[in-house]
Amino acid sequence: MKKLINRQPGRVATWALGLLPFALLLVVYLLASDARLEANPNDKLLPAFSAMGDAIQRMAFEPSKRSGEYLLWADTLASLTRLAIGVGISALMGLVFGIVTGTLPYARAGLSPLITGLSLVPPMAILPILFILFGLGELAKVMLIIIGITPFLIRDLQQRAREIPAEQVIKMQTLGANTWQIILRLVWPQIMPRLISAVRLSLGSAWLFLIAAEAIAATEGLGYRIFLVRRYLSMDVILPYVLWITLLAFAIDFLLARYSRWRYPWFHGSH
Amino acid sequence: MAIIEMNNLWKEYGDQVVLERLNAEVREGEFVTLVGASGCGKTTFLKMLLGTESPSRGKLLLDGAPIPDQPDETRGIVFQRYSVLPHLSALENVMLADELHRHKLIGRAFGGKRKALKDAAMAMLESVGLTQAAGKFPHELSGGMQQRLAIAQALMKRPRILLLDEPFGALDPGIRRDMHHLVLDLWRQQGLTIFMVTHDLAEGFYLGTRLWVFDKTRLDPQAPGAYGARITYDLPVGDCDKGTLTAIQEQADATARTMA
Ligand SMILES: Nc1ncnc2c1ncn2[C@@H]1O[C@H](COP(=O)(O)OP(=O)(O)O)[C@@H](O)[C@H]1O
Ligand SMILES: [Mg+2]
Repeated sequence: MKKLINRQPGRVATWALGLLPFALLLVVYLLASDARLEANPNDKLLPAFSAMGDAIQRMAFEPSKRSGEYLLWADTLASLTRLAIGVGISALMGLVFGIVTGTLPYARAGLSPLITGLSLVPPMAILPILFILFGLGELAKVMLIIIGITPFLIRDLQQRAREIPAEQVIKMQTLGANTWQIILRLVWPQIMPRLISAVRLSLGSAWLFLIAAEAIAATEGLGYRIFLVRRYLSMDVILPYVLWITLLAFAIDFLLARYSRWRYPWFHGSH
Repeated sequence: MAIIEMNNLWKEYGDQVVLERLNAEVREGEFVTLVGASGCGKTTFLKMLLGTESPSRGKLLLDGAPIPDQPDETRGIVFQRYSVLPHLSALENVMLADELHRHKLIGRAFGGKRKALKDAAMAMLESVGLTQAAGKFPHELSGGMQQRLAIAQALMKRPRILLLDEPFGALDPGIRRDMHHLVLDLWRQQGLTIFMVTHDLAEGFYLGTRLWVFDKTRLDPQAPGAYGARITYDLPVGDCDKGTLTAIQEQADATARTMA
């Protein structure tokens, strides 16, 4: 008999063990939901799956009575657009400032203290300022994401740029490269896969800021919707929406990871 | 005129003396092998030749003028590792020097111009036996292949001086011998001046034209950093007998034991 610490589950067992907690959670929910509905058929806290199915049908596949839109898709499009613009602009700034401060000591001396200072400001605390400055339109919501994740991206990429072995920077110079060429042919290409990793890490915060901003001021969006229907205790809408957001987050992360492996094999091969 | 000249050259870090009173001249085309106990300043010496460290006292001259204080294309280098760029294929690594030279603004060649550079790079890859590996990334190559690639990459720039810092230290003995032949061949073809550090003393005895032994002539066991290493032997290769080899080896070992 092998010690427990030396025993490895097979392929099937790994899958089964991984799915088991999900199945258990489902069963517990079903039992609890049944029990509550038994006691009070109008209970809204733990809706039956059929009720959630109805809600999904209503939100995703029937035009809204008020606006004629398919609400789930309209909300998804609005939220993903904000997320893409916010994260895209942040990634671009992270890339530029990360490379510049990570590569050039003078730029680092000039900008690092400011970036460190900015990164310590709690983004949610300046949300009112954003609303005052930019109004309740799209800009304020996108700005919150940008302010929330850009300092992290810049600091992370600055660190990654500094970690490029000095040997390689010297090598480039012995091959005749000037500073601009070192950035263009050494630092930038080596930072790209690290940018993807950093973006993947920051997406959790990006979603947080997006939903927070939508909850406070928006007329559509996934965050707007769940905070809107909360007033009617519509758990049958909220739960599928939360699940949908989780699924979207997972899919984006998965696609970024796949893209990075495909586009930067040298990075994943040597790490 | 000598390509490299040292006049009473010192290197100190704080109150630790690493190298002291180095005096020598090296003519164009010489192949100098550097040996010595580890920690006695061989890498530091190469760094001064490279321009990433500057002399604390005395003079280090290239063509009679103080050596430039930053790396440039006159001096190529192969490190023990991290010498090739991991994000470029073997071919791209070798093409890099030409691309940087021809295209100052984007550092990259496209189309017909790329084709011409590619042919030159393939010829260089062939001379180090890496034709088959042209499309591979460094992480897909063995240690020996990576070092051959590093040599090919450095030679594409046609540096006047090539610095090698234990480039084959991590390789198997058989492969190491092959690499030595390769370096000797390329040295003869290109008329380079080579400085090569090796930790294998016997290696220095048949490779190149000149052997330098770095060792501390004064050594205080209580303060190993109080005195620096000097060039204790400066021998033409081929002229030394077995006795000299043994004597050098024993002295280097004694220094290493005191410093450890
Ligand atoms: N940047 C530095 N700062 C302080 N001491 C250093 C530095 N670089 C090297 N040294 C010291 O100089 C000595 C010689 O190092 P090195 O040239 O690497 O020796 P070798 O290559 O012969 O093994 C060592 O004692 C090392 O600790
Ligand atoms: Mg060394």
